[in-house]
Amino acid sequence: MATISLHDVKKSYGRTEVIHGIDLDVTDGEFIVIVGPSGCGKSTLLRMVAGLEAISAGTIEIGGRVVNDLEPRERDIAMVFQNYALYPHMSVYDNMAYGLKIAGLSKPAIRERVDAAARMLELEPYLGRKPKALSGGQRQRVAMGRALVRQPAAFLFDEPLSNLDAKLRVQMRLEIKSMQRNVETTSLYVTHDQVEAMTLADRLVVMNAGHAEQIDTPLNVYRTPATTFVAGFIGSPAMNLMPATVAANGKGLELDGGGTVKPRDTVLPENGRKVFLGVRPEHLSPVDEFNADLKLAVRAVETLGADTLAHGRLADGGATGSEMVVRLPGTSAVKPDEVLPLAIEPGTAHLFDRENGKRMEA
Amino acid sequence: MTPRATFPHKFLPYLLVAPQLAITLVFFYWPASQAVRQSLFREDPFGLRSTFVGLANFKHVLSQPNYINSLEVTVIFSVSTALISMAAALLLAVMAEKVIIGRGFYRTLMIWPYAVAPAIAGMLWLFMFNPSFGSLAYPLRWLGIDWDPLLDSKQAMVLLIAAASWKQVSYNFLFFVAGLQSIPKSLLEAASIDGAGETRRFWTITFPLLAPTSFFLLVVNTVYALFDTFGIIDAVTGGGPGRATETLVYKVYKDGFVNLILGDSAAESVILMAIVIGLTAIQFRYIERKVHYG
Repeated sequence: MATISLHDVKKSYGRTEVIHGIDLDVTDGEFIVIVGPSGCGKSTLLRMVAGLEAISAGTIEIGGRVVNDLEPRERDIAMVFQNYALYPHMSVYDNMAYGLKIAGLSKPAIRERVDAAARMLELEPYLGRKPKALSGGQRQRVAMGRALVRQPAAFLFDEPLSNLDAKLRVQMRLEIKSMQRNVETTSLYVTHDQVEAMTLADRLVVMNAGHAEQIDTPLNVYRTPATTFVAGFIGSPAMNLMPATVAANGKGLELDGGGTVKPRDTVLPENGRKVFLGVRPEHLSPVDEFNADLKLAVRAVETLGADTLAHGRLADGGATGSEMVVRLPGTSAVKPDEVLPLAIEPGTAHLFDRENGKRMEA
Repeated sequence: MTPRATFPHKFLPYLLVAPQLAITLVFFYWPASQAVRQSLFREDPFGLRSTFVGLANFKHVLSQPNYINSLEVTVIFSVSTALISMAAALLLAVMAEKVIIGRGFYRTLMIWPYAVAPAIAGMLWLFMFNPSFGSLAYPLRWLGIDWDPLLDSKQAMVLLIAAASWKQVSYNFLFFVAGLQSIPKSLLEAASIDGAGETRRFWTITFPLLAPTSFFLLVVNTVYALFDTFGIIDAVTGGGPGRATETLVYKVYKDGFVNLILGDSAAESVILMAIVIGLTAIQFRYIERKVHYG
C-alpha cells in the first residue's frame, strides 16, 4: 500500500524527448489507468515507474520514497506484462514462488501465500503445470498471481489483456477489478483500449505524444474532455468534431461544413472566434425537420443490433460537408441516401479552441 | 507432436534426400564397414595376405597398457576441452550482450578463430609457447614457472587443451549469442522486478533457458574433442612427450599409418566409434530429458 507521485517526469532517448513532463499524484489504493494510442509513451512511463527505464528528468516517488535511482527490485512493486513473461521452465507454483524465495520467506509461508493466491484466481488444479500447458487466460491469471503473492506497494499492468480474445478480455477485466478491490493495492494500468480504461479506472490519464492531456475520473473525461484529442479518443464511435465560427447577431455557430447551428444550453464565446463544435454520436437524435439543428445526408448504415450507426456528411455542405456519425436506436429504419434531421441534446455540445484544441468553458 | 508434412510427389522427396544419403554412405558407412571388416583380420608384415582372426585384435588392443593410458588421456583432454571452451564461450557471450557500442564489431572478432584450420591453430600456439623462442613462454618463465611443454607431460596437456578450446570457443560463442538473443527480455525484467539480482537472474532464468543450446553444444564439442582435434595434437605435440597426449583418435592414426598395425588400428577405431555412439545415446537419453525446449 502506497502512494505514487510523479513530478515533471521526462524521458529522452539521445536528443529526442518522448515524454515531456508528466505530473501525477496517485492516492493509496487508487486504480489509475494510463490510456493512449500506440507510441504515446504510456508504456515507457510505466516502465520508468517500474525501474526498467531510466528517468531523464523529474522525480518518481513510491510510498513517499524517491525511487529514481533504485533498482526495480528495491522499489517494492510487481508488474504484469503483456506477454505474461512467465518463466517457461518453472511450474505455475514455482513461477509464483520465485519472488518470495528471493525475498527469503520460509517454505511454509511461501506455500501459504501461493495457495491463497491460487485459490483466489482458481489456479489450484494447475500449480504443477508448466506455462506451456496452460491456456491464455490461465497464463494471464498466473501472471497476476505472481504479482499478488508478493504483496507489493503497487501493481503495474502493461496492457495485460491485449493478448486475450474478446470474451476472455471482458471476464479478466472484471477479475482484475475485483481483485484490486479486494487487496486495495495502488495500481497503474496501461492500455490502448478505451473500454478497459473506462471500466477499470478510478482515474484516467489520457496520454498523447508524451503529454498527459487529461487526468480525471472516467465520467468527467467522457463528459468534459479537456482537448480535441481526448474528445476524439474516448468514446466510440468518436465524437464528431466540426470546424465552426461564432456568428454575429446571436445566430449561433456558422459551420465551415455548411449551415448554422445554435446548440441549446451552451454558452458561446465572442463573435468571430474560430472553434470546433464537438457532439457525441449518442447525443444526436432524429427530430422533425422544423426542430432540426443539423441535417445528415446518410451514406452508410451499420446495424449493431442494440444500436444503429448512420454515417454521412452535413447535408447543407453538399459533397464537402463535415463527416458525421450518429448513434440511433437499433429499431431505427434509416436508409442510405436519406436526409436525417437531427437535434443536439441540450447542454451536450462541446466547444474547443481551434488554435490549440483546448476545451472552452464559459 | 508437430503435424507431419505431406508431399504430393512420390519420388521427389527421395530425390532431394539422395545427395545427403549418398555422401553419408560414401564417407561414413562405407569406410566404417571397412574398418569393422579390417578389425577382424590380421595383415602379414608385407601387406600381401590377411587372415581372419575373429576378435583377437580387440583382445590384443584392450590388453595393452598404452591403450588404457590413451583412454585416460582422452577422457581428461575431451572433458576439459568441452567444458573450458563452453564455459569461456558462455562468459564471452554474456559479456558481449552487455556491450552497447560496437557490439557487432566484437562479435565478428570473436568468430574469427573458427576460421583458422586446426593444424594452423596448433602451430600458432606452439610458436607462442615454444620454450626456446615463444613470445608467451618468456613471461611464464618470468613468473617462476618452469615452462617446457615439449618435455613436461602435464604442461603439454595444458597447452593442447588451451589450443583446442581456443579454437572451439568461437563456434560455441556464436551459438550462445543466438541462444541469449532468443530469451525474451521481459523474462529478465520480470525476474528483476521479482527481486533477482544479476547473478541470480543468470543462474535461475538465463542458464536454464540456454539448456537446449548447451545440450547441442555438449554433443558437438564432445565429438569435436574426440575427433577434430587430431590436427592440433599432431601439430603441437605429436602425441608426446612419451605418450602423454596420445588420444584415442591419435593412436588410431599412429598404429595404422606410422606403426602399420592395420588390424589393431581398425579395432581401435571401431571401439572409438562405439564410444561416440554410446556417449551420444547417453546424452540424448539422460541429459536431454532435463532440457526445456521453449
